[in-house]
Amino acid sequence: MHTEAAERLVPTPYVVRDAWQETHNVVSLELAPEGDGVLEPCAPGQFNMLWAFGAGEAPISASSVGASGSAVLHTIRQAGNVTRALCAAAPGDVIGLRGPFGRGWPLERARGRDVIVMAGGIGLAPLRPVLEHLETFRDDFGRVTLLYGTRSPEDILFRGELENWRGRFDFDVQVTVDTAVRGWASNVGAVTELLPRAVFEPERSMALLCGPEIMMRFCIQALRGRGVPPEWIHLSMERNMKCAVGLCGHCQWGADFVCKDGPVFPLDRIEGRLSVRER
Amino acid sequence: MKIKSIDALLNEHPFFEGMRPEWLELISGCGRNVAYRPGETIASEGKPCNEFFAVRRGQVAIEIYSPGAGACTIQTLGDGAILGWSWILPPYVWMFDIRAIETTHAVHFDTTCLRDKCDESPEMGYEFMRRFAAVMSDRLRATRLQLLDVYGNSGRAHGSG
Repeated sequence: MHTEAAERLVPTPYVVRDAWQETHNVVSLELAPEGDGVLEPCAPGQFNMLWAFGAGEAPISASSVGASGSAVLHTIRQAGNVTRALCAAAPGDVIGLRGPFGRGWPLERARGRDVIVMAGGIGLAPLRPVLEHLETFRDDFGRVTLLYGTRSPEDILFRGELENWRGRFDFDVQVTVDTAVRGWASNVGAVTELLPRAVFEPERSMALLCGPEIMMRFCIQALRGRGVPPEWIHLSMERNMKCAVGLCGHCQWGADFVCKDGPVFPLDRIEGRLSVRER
Repeated sequence: MKIKSIDALLNEHPFFEGMRPEWLELISGCGRNVAYRPGETIASEGKPCNEFFAVRRGQVAIEIYSPGAGACTIQTLGDGAILGWSWILPPYVWMFDIRAIETTHAVHFDTTCLRDKCDESPEMGYEFMRRFAAVMSDRLRATRLQLLDVYGNSGRAHGSG
């Protein structure tokens, strides 16, 4: 095994500096290095492996890359034993981190283009650094549209940030939920239903998608229907990532390892695989 | 301020895009301009449906009332939407409540008048139904996606790449 790869398998201890509940089953952790070991900062779309000692490891994208100093922010949804242990972490607890891994969002290529961000559920977390980047370098991009779908008003992530982006007036922010009771004054319906109302130039746009794979397939149809070329549609894929360095093969997907060659892929590279049924 | 004619308003609506001018003129004879204030009821479940709306601007909620739970919003529709297809098939009654969320401007169609015109001109009627079928297909696809509950426990686990 290459020494460099072996080194990347060893976790670096990070201490939980702050932890807060985003929704009933989603927690954000602000992590800071405990000792001398410090990881490189994540680029938007990259991920770290978070090790809950005694429970296991899970790949989690950075949900903000602008956290102060060497701190890193991860937003985690409880889905199994490892993520349950991570969500239970309290300030002062120590978590092992490896990373950053993978290829992130191609923001340099998007310069000068309209940017359409389509997120579903927890999929907003890996896209939040994109929106922070667009906010910081706003003049470098055309129109910015965020279309975010989630289950119910109670499941909306990053409410404060969504309000800030909406308040800028140079971001078009649309949120939709699957179900709501009267009193919810915004959209109800599938996230794809927001697209016809979005204003952008399809030939001069880049679309960035993250969410459940079924949702992304529907979004692709809707974006292609509007005329966005496949090479300008990017998706963040989720597969069973273990080693995160392309050695173990758990996340092999066609000719790619999702951990190393992804998790962000252009549609024209993976389109044929999206319809392949896996066992 | 110049008041636009109904066929001029229809010309700006995506549902009628590319429709023959003579048909638009014919159809516009069944339409009238309407506006609703936020919270105002546009249609009620169980009431006769001899109408549909081409939403120009605003937002409406399709709701269903459940005793004990109150009104549940099933879907919202906005600019450029077509609202109501219960007029096409018997028993011609609204299946849901429709309420304006924002100030909503629309063209209201009397479908008794429209059905007569479609009967007189089957070619126009076919074109009209083809467009309605596309709206229903889009709406059904979106509803299926909602029903899948993709953001629930079976969805993406933890925001990783």
